[in-house]
Amino acid sequence: MTVIDNHGAVGGEGGIRLSEADARDFFELLKPRVMSLVVFTALVGLVVAPGDLHPVLAVISVLCIAVGAGASGALNMWYDADIDAVMSRTAKRPIPSGRIEPREALAFGLTLSVFSVVILGLAVNWAAASLLAFTIFFYAVVYTMWLKRSTPQNIVIGGASGAFPPMIGWACVTGSVSLDSILLFLVIFLWTPAHFWALALFKMRDYGSVGIPMMPNVAGERSTKNQIVVYAVLTAAVAVAPSFTGLAGLGYGLFAAALGAIFIYCSIAVWRMPDGDQKMIAAKKMFAYSVFYLFAVFSALLADHFAAGLAGAML
Amino acid sequence: MIETVKVTEKQKKSRRNRNVALGLVLAGLVGLFYVITIVKIGGIGG
Repeated sequence: MTVIDNHGAVGGEGGIRLSEADARDFFELLKPRVMSLVVFTALVGLVVAPGDLHPVLAVISVLCIAVGAGASGALNMWYDADIDAVMSRTAKRPIPSGRIEPREALAFGLTLSVFSVVILGLAVNWAAASLLAFTIFFYAVVYTMWLKRSTPQNIVIGGASGAFPPMIGWACVTGSVSLDSILLFLVIFLWTPAHFWALALFKMRDYGSVGIPMMPNVAGERSTKNQIVVYAVLTAAVAVAPSFTGLAGLGYGLFAAALGAIFIYCSIAVWRMPDGDQKMIAAKKMFAYSVFYLFAVFSALLADHFAAGLAGAML
Repeated sequence: MIETVKVTEKQKKSRRNRNVALGLVLAGLVGLFYVITIVKIGGIGG
């Protein structure tokens, strides 16, 4: 009998390899921070949609959307392990750091994708499940495998995958897509470039070193800053629109307008930064505010919905 | 000839951790399918 020593994460010459990954490493593959935004926006879409959904099925809907989003994150990490290893922001992720093998991440991502879509279809409806399946496909294949490495418009188009969750939440209740759910989609879709390019500005060396064609590296800082302002203005305008379609009230509209004005102000501060600025303080502030902005806009939609329900019950 | 692999303490610990997590996920799935069934049957009855 031969006993093979198995030290470290990677086995000996025989190719034997026993994993040292624990559950937390697999959880990290799901990109929990991104998932929190997905869960929240999906929940808002689900709550503000007209109609009723059994509370248990509502919880299951959000769970499936969260797991589906996590699955696409795992597939993204599987495919991008080579460039993640080079960039400082991503070098400690489970695959580049050697804690999880790429094939384990692939199997994990595919399994969760299938489970999340099938369970959402069986438990809730197949319209929502189809949207979820399309979202996973869009993020893992269209964005990660195709757009990300081929065009500086990568996150503009790829951002759609992050914008679908409120639409899926909406479809869980109504079984369809409507103008209001498209508005929720558009808020995130238009917000993504302004949010992500602010990050790309102060991380452009990272992206440049791995050959990812992010806007600042390809079109230059000036062009990126111009586009950030355009997308900030568009986002702020669309975020107010639900108060005109009847999805939200005037109070929401005023609040969203104020938040949007600050968003535009931050983008102008970025625009005014001199090219080649090393500290990029305005870009960092813009990035931080953009996260707050999206949470605040969707929170306001939720608050407006409950306030309207309360007022309706009192009359 | 039989080949066996000597597993390190760290590998044993992480394997146990993964097994516990997988067990919890499977138990959760059982609960999830049970709840879905009850809600769906309740919907038909209603």
